[in-house]
Order: sequence, then C-alpha cells, then structure tokens
Amino acid sequence: MQFLADFLPAGMAMHAPALIVVIPLISAALAALMPNGRVAWVVALITAALVAMLSLNLLGQVVADGVISYHMGGWAPPLGIEYRVDMLNIPLLLLVGIIGLLCVFYALPSVADEIAENKQALFYSAFLVCFTGLLGVTITGDAFNLFVFLEISSISTYVIIAMGAGKDRRALTASYNYLILGTIGATFFVIGVGFLYMATGTLNMADMAAILEETGHNRVTQAAFAFIVVGLGLKAAMFPLHLWLPNAYAFAPNFVTAFLASTATKVAFYALIRFLFSVFHPDVSFVEMSFVWLFAVVGTIAMVVASLQAVFQTDARRLLAYSSVAQVGYMMLGLGMGTASGLSDGLLHLMNHALMKGALFMALGAFALNFGVRRVKDLAGMGKTMPASASAFTIAGLSLVGVPLTVGFTSKWYLVTAALERGWWWAVAALMLSSLLALAYVARLLSAIWMDAPPSHHGEVMQRRLAPWMVLVPMSFLALANIYFFFHADPLVWLARSAAEAVMGGN
Amino acid sequence: MLEILAERFNYIPIIILMMIGLYVVIATGNLVKRLVGLSLFQTSVFLLYITIGKVFGGAPPILENYKADDGYGHGGNATGYGTADAAHAADAAAGEAAGHAEQAADHAVDTAHHAAEVLYSNPLPHVLILTAIVVGVATLAVGLALVVRIRESYGTIEDDALNAADYSLETGSAE
Repeated sequence: MQFLADFLPAGMAMHAPALIVVIPLISAALAALMPNGRVAWVVALITAALVAMLSLNLLGQVVADGVISYHMGGWAPPLGIEYRVDMLNIPLLLLVGIIGLLCVFYALPSVADEIAENKQALFYSAFLVCFTGLLGVTITGDAFNLFVFLEISSISTYVIIAMGAGKDRRALTASYNYLILGTIGATFFVIGVGFLYMATGTLNMADMAAILEETGHNRVTQAAFAFIVVGLGLKAAMFPLHLWLPNAYAFAPNFVTAFLASTATKVAFYALIRFLFSVFHPDVSFVEMSFVWLFAVVGTIAMVVASLQAVFQTDARRLLAYSSVAQVGYMMLGLGMGTASGLSDGLLHLMNHALMKGALFMALGAFALNFGVRRVKDLAGMGKTMPASASAFTIAGLSLVGVPLTVGFTSKWYLVTAALERGWWWAVAALMLSSLLALAYVARLLSAIWMDAPPSHHGEVMQRRLAPWMVLVPMSFLALANIYFFFHADPLVWLARSAAEAVMGGN
Repeated sequence: MLEILAERFNYIPIIILMMIGLYVVIATGNLVKRLVGLSLFQTSVFLLYITIGKVFGGAPPILENYKADDGYGHGGNATGYGTADAAHAADAAAGEAAGHAEQAADHAVDTAHHAAEVLYSNPLPHVLILTAIVVGVATLAVGLALVVRIRESYGTIEDDALNAADYSLETGSAE
C-alpha cells in the first residue's frame, strides 16, 4: 500500500502531521454546507482517503527518518505546540486512518437507512469533527492540546450517538449519560494536566518528561497521575468506568458503533499509554505500583466480569459492547505487566481487536439494514438469509474467541507468553476463563445465526437478501484481515514491538 | 494544620466548589440540574488554572506606557509577545519586529527592555482557560440540546421516570 503514499506531493508530505488534522477539520465545515447526504458522504470519503494516505506517508517518514517533530506555525517547542509522530502513535494513526476509510465506505447505505434525509449532511460533518479529534489526540505532543482534541472528538461523538434516536429514543439517554461521564473524565484529565503544569511549568509532553526526570516526583505529580489515569480511563472504558459504553454502542447508528468501537476507546487508551510511559516513567515507584495493583488486577477482573455480563445480554450490540469492555481488560493486563513484551502484546491486541469489532459491528449493521433486527434471538436464520454477512460475522466472532487461524489467537497467544514470562499464572487462568466466556457468548450469536431456522411472518419465510456491496466490501475486507494477519502476523507484531520499544527503550 | 490551610487559602473555595459540582451531578435526578452541577465542576477547574497563574507581586501581564505612544497599530503584536515572560519577551519581540519597519523594531526592543524590569503574572493559564471555557460552553450546549430532545420524546427529564419508561419499553417489547 506504500505506493498510495508516494502519490503525495513533497510539499504535502512535509506538512503531513498538520494536514492530517487540518484536512478533516476543514472538510467538516464543507460537509455541513453540502445540499444532501450523498454529496457530504463523498466529501467524507475523499477526506478519509486523504487521511489514510497521509498516515501511510507518515509511517514511511517515521521508519526512514525517525521521530517527526512538527512545529505548529513555526513556533519551536516547548513554547509552541508540537505535533510529534513516533513509533508509538503511528500504529494508532494508521488504525484510525484505515478503519476510518473503511467505515466511511460502509456508511452510505447504513446512514441513508438510519438518519433522516435532511440531517445526513450535518451527520457527516459531525463525524468528520470526531475524526479530526481522534487524529489530533493521537498526533499532538502537547498535553493541553490533547485535552482540546479529546473534547472535540467527544462532543461530536455525543452528537452522532444521539442521532440513533431516529430508530430508538434510548440513544438520547445513552448519549446524555455518556456526555456527563465523558465530561467528568475530561475534567479530571484537565485537572491532572493542571497539576503537571504546576509541577513542571510546561505543557509539552516531551519537555514535561525531561523536567520530571530531573526534579523527581512529589505529591503534586502523584495527584496529577491519579487524575489523569481516572480521566483517560473513563474515556477508554476501563472496567469500573465503562458504564457509559454498553448503551452508547447499543443505540448509536450502526456506522457510528462500528467506527467508535474500533477507534475511539483505542485512541484514549493510547493517550493513557503515552502519559504512563512517556510523561511519567515506568520506573517511578508509584507508576510501577499502579501497573501491578491497578491495571493488571482491574484488567483481569474486567476480562472475567464483563465477559460474564456479555453472556446474559439480549441485545446483540450490547453483548458485543460488554465484550469490548472485556477486551480493554486484555489490553490493560498487557500494559500492567510493565514489560516491553507485555505492552507490545497489549498494543497488538488493541489493533487486532479493532479488526474484529469493526467486522462484527459492520455485520450486525448489515443485518439491521436488511431486516431491522438487533436482538440476539432475532438473528435466527441469518446464515440462510444473509450468508455473506453471516460468514464475515462468524470469522470475526471466532477471532474474538481466539480460535487458531485468526488474529485473536495471535494476540492471546502473545499475551499468555508474556504473562508466563512474568510468572503470572493467575493472569493466564483468567485469560482462559475469559476466552471460555467469550466462546459462550459468541456461540449464542452463532447458533442463532446458523442453527435456527429463519422466522416466518404470516406463513411467509424470510427471503434471502444480499447486503449492498458497499457494506459487503469493507466488512469482508476486515473479516479477511482477521485471517490474513494470522498468517502474516509480522507487520502488526513489528508495529506493536517497535511501539513498545520506542517508549520503554527510549528513555 | 491551620498554617498549611492559610498558605493555600486560594485552593479552598475551589475544592469546595468542585465537590459541590460533582455532588450535584451524582445526587440529582433532574437532567438539567445535573448539567448545572457539571458546569459548576468545570468552572471550579477554570478557577484552579487561573489561581496558579498568579505570581505574588506580579503586575497584570499588560505592557504599560506602550499604548500611549503608539496606539493600536502593528504594536499590538509586540504587546502580545512581550507579556510571555521577561526573558523570552525580549527575544520574541525583537524577532517579531525584525520583519517590520526599522523604527518599529527599535520601539519593540525598547518595550521589551521595559518588560524585563517588571514582574508579570503568568498569562498562559488564562489563555488555556479561554479554550477550556469554549469547550465547556460547547458541552453545555450539546447537553441542553439533548435534554430538549429527551423531553420531547419522553415527556420528562427526571432520571427515575426515564429509567421506568425505558424499562417498560424493554419488557413490553420482549414479546
């Protein structure tokens, strides 16, 4: 795919770190002015394609020249705002860029079905603002700038989730609850940044790290640490702070769920890693303690409890939302090992999880598009009525369980290996238990899809109906990626490894 | 204990406000009141930032005797940079002025020298908070818009009633 990136003119490549944020921001305004949803969708598609190209181009630049530091407006850091691309955030940029492109491609039929005609252009506009925010959080090197982008993405997320109200009014309350919790999270984060600013007198993250290393830590930085972990934990749906997530995912428009599930919480999780490893140092005693006693323990509980909750859900998307909370637990466990291999396995699972959940939610969206179904038992017979979508769903579902020949197996295998290296038998046991529970809830979905007969209404059996090709293409692409990256795991493993090395080995 | 509190008296009202805000968010069942609490919580954080910008004995970060000779023209630029902090101000102002006409450059450097003699409060937190206020207003606007829509479709903005409505919907449509 590298050849795509080479199309960019040299001037664009030079300013790629700024353009990757500026282009979606300007397109958001353009999309809002468009006369109808279809034209706005074209704007969104072009934007997402440009962003995907820019992220590939940045990957090339980082691999060739090392860390890119882009000075906004020519003001040198630490006074100016710095956009910084290194091996840690490049996987996230690629993830948001490429998944974003696939999701936008998928959006047209799905949005046309779920959102009122006169609101579609504005919907795409809000989506592009959210896209901007996620990219901004990923790329910025400035702590306060990160807060602003976090809120840009969150506020637009509240809006696009609430747009699900056309189908189910509970989207409104889900969005409202997310707004309250998300804002508390963001405010906690900004309190933490304020404390760090008090302690260091700077907002540039690299500069902060250098000053903290020099001056050492005190009560103020410890308080900052606690506030930042809680704040970003809320945004990343870390286990006890995940309450906003199930309803938000269950009632948002299908396209929004597919996009958010594979990008938004991932980006917040990245921000957390950035603070834990780059700003605070993993060798500092209280950070190290938080790994074992907070992330590993809570991650393990999340893996088991959230999976257990998932087993008992009646709504298919809610079920997968709880599963997402459990998967965040896997990532937390990887992070909590505090070793380079643990962190890289957590990141690998983060990327793989985006592939699975993207495909799963897209397939559920396809079912909803053709038959308007959302409950687990309504999925009955989908294997006969929509075989292509059901197959994609099955592949991604098996990947979620961690069946060999899928990426889910790869990342769980690596996680188990890393846990054994650390001598954490209990974590391995929890991983197995959680995988069994995953098998239970995925089996519920799959047995409904393949085993049950299609329901008949008034004596008429549901007919076979193919999903639109714009839905099928990105969905199959993601589902096949789940298999492809099992056999060619190297690119993803390499990305995760070099990300972990960049933050653990760098300082 | 009292001494410690007295030294940090500026934080006390902020913490009290913060806790009131957070408590309101958790305790009330009314969606609008919950947003009021949220705003209170956010605003107290703005105050936290403002209070750390204060330098004891520091003047407000506005260049004095400057507007008097020059009015508002291009000088407005140099004023902005001169306030950043004394040492950087000289550099920044000089650097900025290099691009302007020569007398303007001289003038900016003079001003910067003047700036170096005065102790200013830190203006950066104020700038940050201007941004955070905008974020807060946007959040509040979206929140209130949601409440309006919730009221339109549910006919209530009480949390209990909303839950009851959703629950009956879930159980009612189960079959």
